[in-house]
Amino acid sequence: MTNQPNVRPAPPSAPQHAPAQPPMPPSAPQAGPPPARRAAWAETTERLRAAATTEPGRLRIIGAALALLVVAFGAVTAWEASDRFTAADDVVNRSQPLSVDAADIYRSLADADTAAASGFLAGAPEPADIQKTYRTDITTASGLLITAATHTDGASESGRQIATLNEGLPRYTGLIEQARAYNRQGLPLGGAYLRYANQLMTNELLPAAEKLYAAETDRLATDNDDARLWPFVSTALGALAFGGLFWAQRRNYLRTNRVFNHGLLAATAASTVLLLWLAAAQTVARSDLDNAQTHGQASLKVLNDARINSLKARANENLTLVARGAVLNEDNKDKYETDYTTGMDKLSVALGRAKELADNSDGRTPVNDAIASVSEWRGRHALASKADKAGDYKTALAKVIGTKDATGESFRQKDSTGESFRQVDSSLKLAIELEQKEFDTYASDGLGALDGLAIGAGALALVAAVGTVLGIGRRLSEYR
Amino acid sequence: MTSTDRSRRPRGPGPFRGLRGWGGVSAMAGACVLTAAVTLLPLTRTTSEETERSEQRIATALPAKADDCPSPEASLRPVDDDNAPGVKAIRDRTGDDRKLIVGVDQNSYRWGARNPDTGDLEGFDIDLAKAIATDILGSPDAIVFRTIPTNQRIEALKSGTVDLVVRTMTITCERLKDVSFSTAYFQTGQQILVPKGSTITGYDESLAGKRVCTAEGSIANETLKSESFGAIFEDENEGKPSDKDQLTVPNQLDCLVRLQLGEVDALMTDNALAAGQAAQDPAVELRGKPLKPEYYGVAAKRGNDDLVRRVNHVLEEYRAGGPNSPWMTSYREWLAAGLPGITKPPTAAYRD
Repeated sequence: MTNQPNVRPAPPSAPQHAPAQPPMPPSAPQAGPPPARRAAWAETTERLRAAATTEPGRLRIIGAALALLVVAFGAVTAWEASDRFTAADDVVNRSQPLSVDAADIYRSLADADTAAASGFLAGAPEPADIQKTYRTDITTASGLLITAATHTDGASESGRQIATLNEGLPRYTGLIEQARAYNRQGLPLGGAYLRYANQLMTNELLPAAEKLYAAETDRLATDNDDARLWPFVSTALGALAFGGLFWAQRRNYLRTNRVFNHGLLAATAASTVLLLWLAAAQTVARSDLDNAQTHGQASLKVLNDARINSLKARANENLTLVARGAVLNEDNKDKYETDYTTGMDKLSVALGRAKELADNSDGRTPVNDAIASVSEWRGRHALASKADKAGDYKTALAKVIGTKDATGESFRQKDSTGESFRQVDSSLKLAIELEQKEFDTYASDGLGALDGLAIGAGALALVAAVGTVLGIGRRLSEYR
Repeated sequence: MTSTDRSRRPRGPGPFRGLRGWGGVSAMAGACVLTAAVTLLPLTRTTSEETERSEQRIATALPAKADDCPSPEASLRPVDDDNAPGVKAIRDRTGDDRKLIVGVDQNSYRWGARNPDTGDLEGFDIDLAKAIATDILGSPDAIVFRTIPTNQRIEALKSGTVDLVVRTMTITCERLKDVSFSTAYFQTGQQILVPKGSTITGYDESLAGKRVCTAEGSIANETLKSESFGAIFEDENEGKPSDKDQLTVPNQLDCLVRLQLGEVDALMTDNALAAGQAAQDPAVELRGKPLKPEYYGVAAKRGNDDLVRRVNHVLEEYRAGGPNSPWMTSYREWLAAGLPGITKPPTAAYRD
């Protein structure tokens, strides 16, 4: 491809002792060639210098250089485009699903802890729907942990957190079952087991799940950044090839007064198309991926954060009634009541942030609903607290978990903090689904923009190379 | 591929920390009691456990340390007078408010614990509180139970949130500075609880190298701090956010959880509470003799002598009747299983 096999070398062009040797571009020799080869290089350089003294020789060199340039442009573009495509594909098909899984693990664990405490408070027999929630959460978390483990290097940050979770989850469920068994026998020891399980969840499992989620979202951000990185080398080579082709044609025109050389014209067209395609695809993809990150992913992070905090606050609210002053924090305040308040405050902050990030009314509606439910929740909690402090445990309990219906199968949660919590949770779930959809759309569009660019780059570069060779070959044939 | 190893911030808020269960107050009281214990220990050791258990008697020489507090268990003579101002104030309450407000616990099995089936509180303390309500207001239901944390007992009385505290509250000289106590209604002492079959024989050299669980800030914890016999009883990073709450825990019941899980070898608490633990797990038992006797009393706001005298009157009647006294009946119902061998209540001591 760097030489024209159909054109005989013009007699004066080059010394003939090495007939098959292609003329090398006048580029600098590779670093540190052995001394034996230095003579060969000098010889080649000498030959090129000799060739450059005649027009056919010069044409041959120009042709070879241009062909090399367009091929390099095509190859580098194909390489960079496929790199960006792979990164974008990772965003859509690997890191984003894994980050969603990590968020699900996090949420399932927090939800399981909340369900366990609710079921415990409701007393035996535990309401069937609460038991089902707990079971589903544990199944979901263990299933997703397996998926996550198969996609993760065990020595990485994610791998370590997954190991912690895999080790802690069976211990947690064991403690919960013991808490249930003792609670059924009416022993306060059940409450102590429940608190121990909550301690394990709060101090070991949830932080591990949070770190896993953070590591996965970091990985997502890295993949996204990789996909958005502008292909500088391709762009530079493209500009160079375009410039080279333009210069060759101008030279041709000045020397021969012929306006068009079809081969070179085709090569220019192909290079231009590729350059424009590259710029357009990358611009669109960058904008889409940027939207996915700043709109979708940023909102998702805040919303997941809000959801976890609402779950933690709910678990602590339940435990306040289980422990009732048995556990105090360093300020001698009830630990669970304090943790509830902290969780609710964080929830409010996260919701405020989510509202700012929501970029349309569709996204804002569920967030506003959640904010309204949170304020209702706080109000009801204050009533429950008041009843509890006044020694009216049963009223306080009803305000928190509702009342059992006649069958004992489920709870009428009307006017309870449990009802408010469910409303917050379902609003947040809806908001997360919306943002997820937004992310998916943007990310898929971004990926689609890069689709076919690598193959197109190869094909167009081939067209350009062939065009160059034919165009220069046509000029050379005039010297026959 | 691009696994991110970014170091994250350290873990969130530490484990349940900072239960200063018996509070600084009892810490000081514990130190006081301990000093006395050193001199009195030989005395208690010579008495056979049998006599000690069977008769809940007052050790008159008790806190010999403080000169101004020779016998904290000695209370005011009983008076049964509905018109005494301190009692009348409660009797004058009207309508739904005509109730005695009592601070209790809901986590001490057999003393004050919520029955998950009924949602009601029950136990030895609860029975006594009801007896007091019956005497003053004529009905065992004329009562509001406020569950209060251990370290809020004194504060609740001071602020008037509750009229009385009936909550396994040990009478100490230190606490007498803040509240008034009735006569003693139960004698107890620190003891070691172990799984059956353990090689630990009590609070002695057999604890060497063993992991012993206590509640943070409890008398048991103070006792181990002064003499641990080589027992391991403090968590790494004790008091810091990274404290894992394995050996010193927020609540004495948490120790039983760790004992059952094999995370500790023994636990130390007063034997009255330990009895409640043994009642929840037949596979554990008390070992050795109780240390220095301690007494539970009903606490009232400091200076409310009328109410203290009225409670002492109730306690006189509560203790009377030999084996069929309300005291013994309640004891048999709640405590005999875990703390067998007691044949009569502690004798009342008066200072006036």
